[in-house]
Amino acid sequence: MSRIKQAFDHGKAFVAFLTAGDPTPQVSTELLIALAESGADLIEIGIPFSDPIAEGPVIQAANMRALSAGTTTETVFEMAKAVRQKTEVPLVFLTYLNPVFHYGYEAFFKKCAEVGVDGIILPDLPFEEKEEVDSVAKQYGVDVISLIAPTSEQRIRMIANEASGFVYLVSSMGVTGVRSEITTDIGKMVSEIKQATDCPVAVGFGISTPEQAAHIGKLADGVIVGSALVKLVEANGEASKPVIEAYVQSIKRALETIE
Amino acid sequence: MSAGRYGVHGGQYIPETLMNAIHELEEAYAHYKEDPAFNAELDDLLKNYAGRPSGLYYAEKMSKDLGGAKIYLKREDLNHTGSHKINNVLGQVLLAKKMGKTRVIAETGAGQHGVATATAAALLGMECEVFMGKEDTERQALNVYRMELLGSKVHAVTSGTMTLKDAVNETMREWTKRIEDTHYVLGSVMGPHPFPMIVRDFQSVIGREARAQILEAEGKLPAAVLACVGGGSNAMGTFFAFIEDPTVDLIGCEAAGKGIHTEQHAATIAKGSLGIFHGMKSYFCQDDYGQIAPVYSISAGLDYPGIGPEHAYLHDIGRASYVPVTDDEAVEAFEYLAKTEGIICAIESAHAVAHVQKIAKSFSPDESIIVCLSGRGDKDVAAIARYKGVQINE
Repeated sequence: MSRIKQAFDHGKAFVAFLTAGDPTPQVSTELLIALAESGADLIEIGIPFSDPIAEGPVIQAANMRALSAGTTTETVFEMAKAVRQKTEVPLVFLTYLNPVFHYGYEAFFKKCAEVGVDGIILPDLPFEEKEEVDSVAKQYGVDVISLIAPTSEQRIRMIANEASGFVYLVSSMGVTGVRSEITTDIGKMVSEIKQATDCPVAVGFGISTPEQAAHIGKLADGVIVGSALVKLVEANGEASKPVIEAYVQSIKRALETIE
Repeated sequence: MSAGRYGVHGGQYIPETLMNAIHELEEAYAHYKEDPAFNAELDDLLKNYAGRPSGLYYAEKMSKDLGGAKIYLKREDLNHTGSHKINNVLGQVLLAKKMGKTRVIAETGAGQHGVATATAAALLGMECEVFMGKEDTERQALNVYRMELLGSKVHAVTSGTMTLKDAVNETMREWTKRIEDTHYVLGSVMGPHPFPMIVRDFQSVIGREARAQILEAEGKLPAAVLACVGGGSNAMGTFFAFIEDPTVDLIGCEAAGKGIHTEQHAATIAKGSLGIFHGMKSYFCQDDYGQIAPVYSISAGLDYPGIGPEHAYLHDIGRASYVPVTDDEAVEAFEYLAKTEGIICAIESAHAVAHVQKIAKSFSPDESIIVCLSGRGDKDVAAIARYKGVQINE
């Protein structure tokens, strides 16, 4: 069984995101390790991109901080390697297609396999274009994670049918960022997805509080938190580690109360 | 599977949230472009509201002065709102209205496309919001006020480099927030399919008219057709009618800013490389890791790090050529055209004028060249004065 599937094997999974290189590559590596050690079940490592069109202001700013600190695709591979040496938690990259294309698909996915990255999320790669990376990623055993959105409707079955790793269910319209409420009928979408795939379903976009995590966690296999974590790094910089650990533990506790 | 390819270029590299909207647009466009009532309504707007057809003016003084080909100027600067942008915008806003949308959003650089969209929205009774880089709202404050006069809301974009590419990012983000009642009026032959095709089709009126006009005036096709290229909508619209005429050279003029040997340019074909951004595969100015590069041009309308996918393809197959033109050359051409022909053209269009100045002599007087004068230069007068170190009070 893939490392990604294992993340969903013991209760509701907590998927934690941070932008690699924010505030600096060195501190960021420590924070990624802290996510794993304080209980995150799967870690999303954002490779910074100059123009992240699916991100709200919080993660946009993190991308800029990371790039300003000199973070490159190469740096992020080194960081992922360092994290992998400390933990067996599944690691998934989140980035945009251009940095991957520019690195070269073959070289990029080969490197993912070498350093122990299990999957990749590419918000600007819809189902219709996934041949772009699919065969190369498969060859190196890297899952290309499918995204399903509130507007997907009749596309859900087609996308879910070819999903690998897990399905990233986008909770809301718009871009990433903290939301006070999520109005999409998550339960209904999860059951539609489940009719077409055995892959676990994790819900992201807008989740920030333990209460939201507990609520969404009841409806899916896992919850994804990004902006709320990045905000903590934005506010605490190099002193983020204890705050991040406490936050991860609070979400984990909320998820453990389910069932 | 992937739609809208021009060779390897094009495609639909956008978030899943937008995919159904994009497909809905493809279907609606396929339907309405064959609909006689839609076309009659659009033709009426182009004729009676925008002022089409635009003239093809024989610039005799300039031709004689340069000594060589007869130079004809396709006068898109005389359209309502002062540029070719109105052609695309009337088509798209009318299409959006037929689709049942009540709100349009658009990006703008210098403000030409924003003003055109605000105009069409006012005319057709749509709500309109325009996204403009904060730097551009300051450089083109008059256009911001113009859009507001027309009833639009203008958002100053503070993300990234605060210029055109960031305005596109922010408009895409806004579209993912609100799709149901909203159409994104993309301003150039770029972005995900079907936008490069739709914008080209609506702009192709330029070339269709110009081809008929030159045949009428000269009895034969021109030797060359020139247009400036940022994303490339006026160029694509001008070139399209001539693609199947192999004797006609198609030349796009890119913004070389302070020179392509510097880092301050927006010359995508000269200096860019293949990439995937803003929904399309094409050429982009980018760094060694695929980060999109900040670009520069005196012309806010050409200050874009990419080029439309069909241009990238025409470049690949050698059907069109693309040449860099610097700020200095464009400003000199801007002044030359004003003094020689009494036409103050947009600084964007001046890039094409600058190149015709260079090549006119290599053609004979029985040959002709068409230059697309994509817009008028009122908006640029203050900036040109600043560039020349002249103090004026607006």
